[in-house]
Formats: sequence, C-alpha cells, structure tokens
Amino acid sequence: MGILQWLQNIITLNHNFTWAYVWKYILSAPIIQGVILTIILAVISQFLGTLIGLLLYFMGRSRLGFVRGISAIYVWLFRGTPLLVQVYVFYFLFPYLHLTQPLRRNDLFSAIGFTHGIGPIFMDAFLAGLLAFSLNEGAYMREIVRAGIDAIDVGQLEAAKSLGMTYSLAMRRIVLPQAFRIIVPPLGNEFNNMLKNTSLATAAGLYELLGTANGIGGPLFATLELLVVASVWYLLLTTIWGIIQGYIERRLNVSNIDVGAKRPNWAQRVFGFLPRSTAVNPATFIPPEH
Amino acid sequence: MAMLSGTGTNSPNGRPMVDAQDVHKYFHNNEVLRGVNMRVQRREVVVVIGPSGSGKTTFLRCINHLEKINQGRIYVDGELMGYRETPGGKLVEDSERNIARIRSEIGMVFQRFNLFPHLTALQNIVEAPVQVRGIPKEQAEARAHELLAKVGLAEKADAYPARLSGGQQQRVAIARALAMDPKLMLFDEATSALDPELVGEVLKVMRQLAEEGMTMIVVTHEMGFARDVADRVIFMDGGIVQEEGAPAELFNASKNDRLRAFLGQIKEA
Repeated sequence: MGILQWLQNIITLNHNFTWAYVWKYILSAPIIQGVILTIILAVISQFLGTLIGLLLYFMGRSRLGFVRGISAIYVWLFRGTPLLVQVYVFYFLFPYLHLTQPLRRNDLFSAIGFTHGIGPIFMDAFLAGLLAFSLNEGAYMREIVRAGIDAIDVGQLEAAKSLGMTYSLAMRRIVLPQAFRIIVPPLGNEFNNMLKNTSLATAAGLYELLGTANGIGGPLFATLELLVVASVWYLLLTTIWGIIQGYIERRLNVSNIDVGAKRPNWAQRVFGFLPRSTAVNPATFIPPEH
Repeated sequence: MAMLSGTGTNSPNGRPMVDAQDVHKYFHNNEVLRGVNMRVQRREVVVVIGPSGSGKTTFLRCINHLEKINQGRIYVDGELMGYRETPGGKLVEDSERNIARIRSEIGMVFQRFNLFPHLTALQNIVEAPVQVRGIPKEQAEARAHELLAKVGLAEKADAYPARLSGGQQQRVAIARALAMDPKLMLFDEATSALDPELVGEVLKVMRQLAEEGMTMIVVTHEMGFARDVADRVIFMDGGIVQEEGAPAELFNASKNDRLRAFLGQIKEA
C-alpha cells in the first residue's frame, strides 16, 4: 500500500462517495424548489432588514432618550446572540403564543405551487426564519446605514436646510441618495451572507435548500453527496449575485462623483479582488471581505 | 410691483431686514458671541470682517438658525427667527416647518460650496424651488437656465459638480440660492476656499448682485470687495461688534487698536 494508493483513497473516500447521487439530485424538483425558497427567504429578509436598519438609525437619532435606548438595546440583543439561537427562539415562541397550529393550517405555500418538496413548507418554520433573519439583519444594517449617512458631509444637510428644506425632505432628497452609494457595497456583502445564513432555517424544519438536501441525503446514507449538491447551488447563487452587484454598482456610478476610480469588473467582483486604482474614493471603495 | 398693494400703508422699507439684539452663543462653556447687536437695512450690503475666531461666521449661521442662540433675539424682516414667544414671555424653539419657511427666503452661500454632488448644476438649482415651493419643473428649469446664464455658466447646466472648478461650483451655489428669490443673501467666506485666480469670478457675481439691490451680509477677508462694494463694514472681534462704519472711515481713520492690528496683519499677508 503505497502513498499513491493512500492519496487515491482520500480523494475517492474509499469508493464510498457516490457521485451518481450528486448528478441524480442536483437538478431534481425538490432541490430546485429548495433553491427558490432560499432565494425568496433571503430577498424578503434582506429587504425587511434594510428597512428595519433605517428605522433603527433614525430612532438612534431621536430627541427622546427612550427611543434611542430602544434602538441601542435592539442592536445589543440581536448582534449579541447567535442567529441560530434566534431562529430557535422564534420557532419555539409560536407554541407559547398558540400560533403554531393556526400557522400550519395556512397553506399559502402549497397554494402557490410549492408542492415538489420532500415535505410540506410549514408557515411557522418559514416565519421563524423570516423573523430571525430580518430582525437580525436590521441590527447589522443599522450600523451600515449609520456609516453611510455619517460619511456625508454635514454641509450637505446645512445647504439643504438653508434652502428651506425640512430634515425629512433633506434626508430623502439629498443625504440618503448619496449615502445609498456608500451603503451598496456592504449591502451586497450582507445579501451574500444572507443567502448562506438562510440555511439556519433548517433548524426549524424548513425545507429550503439545505433542509431539502439533508432530507434527501439522510435516508439514503448520502449526506455528504447531498451537501455537495447544496454547496454547488449556494456557490451558484452567490456567484450570480456577485455579477448582479457589480452591475448595480456600475449603474450607480453614472453621475461620476468620483473621477477616475476604476470600477471592478465582474471577475474581480465575484472573486473579491479590489480593482487597481490610483485614487480610492470613499463613495466607491469596496472594503475587503471581513 | 403687484406685491406692493399687499403691504398697505405701513411701508416695509422702514423695517430692517435683519435686527439682531444682544445675541449670545455658547459652544459648551466657550462664549463665542457675547452680545452682538446688528441692524441691516433693506438693499444694504454689509461686510463683516474680523480675525478667525471672532464669531463672524457663527453669527451669520445664527441668522438663518443653523446655529441656535442662547440669549437675545434675531428678527428677519420683522419675524423672530428660530423661536417663538410664549404668553409668559419665554422663548421656545419654533416649529421645524416655520423655521424652514423663513429660511427659504434667506439665501446662503457657504465657504465649501456644498453643492449636491449627485445632481447636475441645473438639478442643484431646481431642487429647492420644485421640492420646497412646489413650482412646476419646466418653469423652475427655465428660471435655472436664466440664473446659470447670469452667473456665466449657461453651458454647464448638465455638468456634475465634480466636473466644475471651485469658482464655477461657487457660482452655481449662488445661482442655487437665488432660485428661491431670497430677500436676503448671506455669504460665509464665499471665496476663502478658492484658488487665487478663481476668486475674481465669484466676487464679480457678488458685486453684480449688490448693484441690483440685493440685501447682503458678507463675511469675507477680501478687503478690496469690502472697500468697493460695502455700504457699511462691521469689525467683529472677541464675539462682539467692535466697530462699524462706512468703508472709508473704517479702513483709513479707525482709532480702534484691534482693528488697526487686524488690518495690519491682512496687509502683511
């Protein structure tokens, strides 16, 4: 038994890894449905999380101490506990509120065609995930929104006010559009994380991508094969998102606030390289992955 | 002229445009304004000079309530700015909407231009008339083109601020303020951030405004402008008005030691 034989055994996992399962399931109806549910969950959670982040930012700027306090405590709570725990908490909170059975009787998902999975999509499991991901994301988005708004020179708000704008109008028309450009790159990273973090909803028994893969792989004693299937899909989703994000960032750059800073091309965006640039503009600077 | 019928027999010309009475302002424990009194009449051009830290910029920002004041009163065209008086005679901060309304009639030009970088020159000018006054977009744009022509930038309507020189940006900023048809213009060191060769083009626009009869309060270090254009020069130091008068008497015949020292330093530089 030479070294080559040993290496071969590692690579083939002693012939126990069955590639046939990967091919059989990678485009199967349950997995595709799981992918779609993952995308839906991630998009809604990111959207709600961004709105919550904005709300928390403005609460943090309130004149009223207790409103600022709520904002601070919220962030402390949701950033200070594991996301997985938050999924569990919401899932196991429903029975205490006598909501689990009414939620399970809601057959919205089967009504809109989610009937190809390995089990029903329970509304309580979906909502537990949605609540945890949105509320958790809100805490992180507050910090991103804050960084974006704080980066805008205070002179912008003063100029707007001197023209007779109220705070809310000045925010909406002058400050937020500028802050948005700064927020977009980290927002893109957040959504990349969100796509993957939705896999934690598996803990609530939701048949999203990972849940479906586990549900198929377990009985077949092919857990690893189906994890490869799930991983390929997660990679595909994050890759496509990287391309979309690059496109959005190029579109946002139309007014040339920065003169001469190069935009990342799609390959740089997907693989996370920074573009070579002589001048780094804070409005377009893409921080390295943290 | 149609406006005149509404003003009745009580001529508005008797009422000062700005009437500041005993204005005090603290930043934490530092008293930067120690009782400023200043009256500016309609169509008057007042230039405020003084060393840095004298409180002149702070005072200017108090006039449109970008800074709150701790004591005293500022009336703009007869209206108390930033505050309202309770029946008991106490001053409380005015509603945001009311402050914004009064501000919309006071143009302000900043040292660092503060153009909106995500909007073109034209959009910068159109923004407030459309969003604050509700003027139809086409009408506001026509007026904006006129104003751009007036400041000599007719061909830059579609340029973003990043594509404009400092002098061009400041002229757009002046046009932006004029688009609200202000009855008073505040200039906060409008040429201090400009390269020397660009100062002239901005001063020329300011000079033209003064000739047209705009009421102006100008904080500046440009003594030539003060000498030629000002109706009255006010010297501030240590948070109060030290001396005021016509440019000729202030620049040539002042007995105030602080003013003479200040003017001496300016000449050396």
